Amino acid sequence: MIQKLYDWIDERVNITPLWRDIADHEVPEHVNPAHHFSAFVYCFGGLTFFVVVIQVLSGMFLTMYYVPDIENAWDSVKYLQTQVAHGQIVRGMHHWGASVVIVMMFLHTLRVFFQGAYKKPRELNWIVGVLIFFVMLGLGFTGYLLPWDNKAFFATQVGLQIAESVPYIGEHLKVLLAGDPEIVGAQTLTRFFAIHVFFLPAALFALMAVHFVLIRRQGISGPL
Amino acid sequence: MSEDKKKQVSRRQFLNYTLTGVGGFMAAGMLSPMLRFAIDPVLKAQGGGDFVAVVEVDKITTEPQRFDFTIEQVDAWYESEVTKSAWVFKQEDGSILALSPICTHLGCVVSWEGSENHPERFYCPCHDGLYYKDGVNVPNTPPTEPLHVYDYKIQDGMLYLGKAKPREEA
Ligand code: FES
Repeated sequence: MIQKLYDWIDERVNITPLWRDIADHEVPEHVNPAHHFSAFVYCFGGLTFFVVVIQVLSGMFLTMYYVPDIENAWDSVKYLQTQVAHGQIVRGMHHWGASVVIVMMFLHTLRVFFQGAYKKPRELNWIVGVLIFFVMLGLGFTGYLLPWDNKAFFATQVGLQIAESVPYIGEHLKVLLAGDPEIVGAQTLTRFFAIHVFFLPAALFALMAVHFVLIRRQGISGPL
Repeated sequence: MSEDKKKQVSRRQFLNYTLTGVGGFMAAGMLSPMLRFAIDPVLKAQGGGDFVAVVEVDKITTEPQRFDFTIEQVDAWYESEVTKSAWVFKQEDGSILALSPICTHLGCVVSWEGSENHPERFYCPCHDGLYYKDGVNVPNTPPTEPLHVYDYKIQDGMLYLGKAKPREEA
């Protein structure tokens, strides 16, 4: 049945070469944990991607209930967590996943660093990777405020002061983020929400696309 | 023998099946809580609805009158007071009928003798829907079922209204 459907589409638009290009290529021996168990270190990039997928999906579902408004944000989070079936699980995935992404990404970075895999010709991909790291940290920072509880509020206040300490542009940067020179409030929350669910994910997808295209172009770095 | 061999699952196929199975299991484990989360409003049990005091019984006549009343509405995390109305009158047998003013065609608001051209009828201005005094829709006008009827009870001379329900046709 599925085979038939696939053949039907393939006959018309010839997707097999496309599919081959994306997924059907050999895993070199030195990257295959079946050959050398220590090759598991090559999994961390893929695991990061896997957790990002979970983050995107759970985030999409959370916005079905969440409202980015200071009157209702906390109540809507409480509602979705306590009244909606599996709310605790879905929010839990997003909450813990946020930390797991950072851990996996860090391990991936360590592997690339200690194997020297960032060396020529892969310097560009290292740079893209570092940008992805910053975007992830931004997602973590902006997402932290959204439940609008005390922890979120004061953590954001600290974060904004850090932004303010940037030389020359600090003050403007802080107002740009908070939406108001003094108050951390209604405008801060909507801004952080927009950044968290639209701007940063868009940047993340673009960077990830470049990251993956470059891997396919250049291949995985050779054995040590 | 050779026949037998053909039916055997090759190593590649076996691995394919296992990987698809395990992958599917993991994907399902990930997605099913999210889907259940999303469809929760559909599966939530409907509350029975409390009764609210509306008007003293001796104010009710045989002529339909409109009475407004407020209910506490809990809309997920948002609680508010919502005003509802009912067309209430005494029927010939002395029992009380409280009709919901929501047109059963597409949800506009009907009123008793709302149009000069249609005396003794509930009239809906949106598409000229008509109902008889007992709330039954007049044939050949847009509404397809009678006006919904509020559950009611009488306590200490007050009329209490509950939820408006579709009429169970005889
Ligand atoms: S909504 Fe009342 S007649 Fe159409």
